[in-house]
Amino acid sequence: MAAPRGYDGVVLAVPVTVPYARFSTRPAQWWVGRALAALAKESGLSHTAFDGLSMASFSLAPDSAIGLTQHFGLSPRFLDFLPLGGVAGIVGLRRAARAVQAGDADVVAMIAADTNAPQSFRQSLEHFSRFSQDAVYPYGAGGPNVSFALIAAAYMAHTGLTRADIGRLAVAQRSNGLRNPATLMKKPLSLDDYLTARAIAPPIHLFDCVMPCAGAEAFLVMREDTARAQGLAFVRLTAAIERHNGFPDDAVMLRGGWQRDIGTLWAMASCAPGDVDMVQTYDDYPVISAMQFADLGFCTPQDLPDFLRSHDFTVTGDLPHNTSGGQLSLGQAGCAGGHLGLVESIRQLLGTAGDRQVSGARRALVSGFGMINFDRGLGSGAAVLEAT
Amino acid sequence: MRAKKNPLHPVRRPLLPPGQRSRAAHLLTAAAGEGRFALPCCTACGRFAWPMPEACPACLGDIALATASQGARVLSATTAEVPADAYFRERAPWRVGLVQMDCGPQALVHLSPGADTGDSVWLSLKLDRAGSAVLHAGREGEDMTTDPQWRDMVADPRDRRVLITDARHIAALPLARALAKAGAAAIYAGLPDQWKPLDTRAALESVPGLSLVPLDVTSDRSVADLAAQIGGKVEILVNTADLPRPGGLMGPSATADARAAMDTVAFGLLRLARGFGPAMAGRGADGTLGAVAWVNVLSVFAHAAPPALAGYSAAHAAALAFSHALRADLGQGGVRLLTVFAGPTDDPWFQTFPQPKVTGKALADGIVAALLNGQEQAVVGDLARDLMERLRENPKAVEREFAQGRM
Repeated sequence: MAAPRGYDGVVLAVPVTVPYARFSTRPAQWWVGRALAALAKESGLSHTAFDGLSMASFSLAPDSAIGLTQHFGLSPRFLDFLPLGGVAGIVGLRRAARAVQAGDADVVAMIAADTNAPQSFRQSLEHFSRFSQDAVYPYGAGGPNVSFALIAAAYMAHTGLTRADIGRLAVAQRSNGLRNPATLMKKPLSLDDYLTARAIAPPIHLFDCVMPCAGAEAFLVMREDTARAQGLAFVRLTAAIERHNGFPDDAVMLRGGWQRDIGTLWAMASCAPGDVDMVQTYDDYPVISAMQFADLGFCTPQDLPDFLRSHDFTVTGDLPHNTSGGQLSLGQAGCAGGHLGLVESIRQLLGTAGDRQVSGARRALVSGFGMINFDRGLGSGAAVLEAT
Repeated sequence: MRAKKNPLHPVRRPLLPPGQRSRAAHLLTAAAGEGRFALPCCTACGRFAWPMPEACPACLGDIALATASQGARVLSATTAEVPADAYFRERAPWRVGLVQMDCGPQALVHLSPGADTGDSVWLSLKLDRAGSAVLHAGREGEDMTTDPQWRDMVADPRDRRVLITDARHIAALPLARALAKAGAAAIYAGLPDQWKPLDTRAALESVPGLSLVPLDVTSDRSVADLAAQIGGKVEILVNTADLPRPGGLMGPSATADARAAMDTVAFGLLRLARGFGPAMAGRGADGTLGAVAWVNVLSVFAHAAPPALAGYSAAHAAALAFSHALRADLGQGGVRLLTVFAGPTDDPWFQTFPQPKVTGKALADGIVAALLNGQEQAVVGDLARDLMERLRENPKAVEREFAQGRM
């Protein structure tokens, strides 16, 4: 496999979050419109100046990305549609980065938006995927809870992780989230709360689960010269990987596709796991966040219990993790969950993260994970961002 | 012992598990319905695959079902305490496992209470209450009848009330005995023409829980009267009404015989469906012992008509056609329609037919076994099985063989 070319000159700017709502009567298109308006306002560019659109959503039907161009008066020369869940952010970023690098586009609006009505979560389960329809949903395993319970049980047996170990991540994240005015979860969470929560599908309990909601995350991808010309503060993309169905022969998911590509990731980024100032994992279940630490090279799977016990994952700790509070505090706005870590990292590296600012943050590792199509999450991706 | 129902509680309305499947996945539905265990397998490289793909993930060859080993090992297990789907929510906690199948792929399964991570299990392909195929895993030799998830997928007569529509059928007495042995709470045996002698009356009346009830399926009034009396109690209906009158198209009484057979076999089914169908479909989730199955005992000649049974075969073919609509209607309530195809039975009407013929006991045992297994099709008798196989292989040859007087 050839080593990928670097992302030299590719930058990310204008982190935008459209405040989440538990339920919304508005369609996903409305949330896209709000995100575009915020990108235009914050960048000082007209939205018609975005000549690239990368759209991630599950709930745009009957639209795909192309209908949105006319809907919002855009004339892009780069258009991408990524209904890929939690890996869409990284996948979209990789494509947009190459497009701006090659001059196929100048400014790509990266938008993830989904709406949520009381019935929409269940309805989206029914039509999630062919394999899910045939071989998951009919088993009372609709929704990811049961699938992740089966993975979590196997992973905990494999690594020796306990619920108390995993709970440390959830508790630290909530502590971070309480510093973020945008979260839907406003109550502190103690380890005791975590451990004594209602069983959903053991070992998955209530505070392992994200709350589906409506919302949007967005940012711009452009070349450094474009950002400088517009006077926009930016962060650099130094490395990114993606892999889908990384280990098809594994009987049960005890690792994600990251493991196949972390050599590439850290070589591109010219650094090591110990050199990052924060980690944003895809936290649709904290046990999967734990798996990402191992798969991204912070420790071996068997060292995970020690690793989790020996670090402080709050924004003031030695290894700040999911500094926004993550989806476990903000809620899961569909595909936007995969963009959340990118948007938060841009904020942190620009020094605009308010009360939850990680001091001296220079480098962030962001990972994405998505799509329980049948028995495992298929998509894995990661990116390293650096402050200028 | 059947517990009394609290009359203050409303009847639980039937909900169904998610029944939507890809077109290819319904190959599994057919296998499950017939009680076969077969899984998607590549016709080129012979590897098994799961879930049902459109091409082999190993070599992109074509996929067809193939008989597979039923062994598996549990990789991981959980209990869904708060399932998202309403059917499972009201039946929670619901056991789910991830298994490594001996034949290769992994699968999610309904997991019996006795099985856990690391256990060797035995897989079954079952129809769920939506009528679609699912995998169930239990420990080998485990008594599945105590597993509520298994019970919800089969049609166990235990503690249920059964109507046999025609007590004069050759299978009626052995069927009543087999159902009583299987634990049926009550057995109603319909008796047309009460004034005619019934050789088996004493034997029938000695079956525990059995009562003879007046029922003539050729009479709208008779069916409606019985439905009004016991329609809300029948959880399994076995339609044995039949009128075997051998004869070709050219015989002097062909029209009258065909009309009479139609009236009993086809329109009789229609009357029963109108009388008993709605109440059964409405009671598909009435407690844990709600209505569960409708059995039509049909002649295998519903599929192919020998000239010597022209009218009779046509009546059974018509009943088979009706039964597809009935299956859809009952399915709304999660009630299964089981069609049992029998070869010529060992009674005077098939006197001239060659052996082997189907005894009433064999037919009765076939019906009860198919209920316990949750099937929607069963074929009883060597001749019937042979004919189904010949039809599958080469239907035109069957037509010519029949024309030459060969069975």
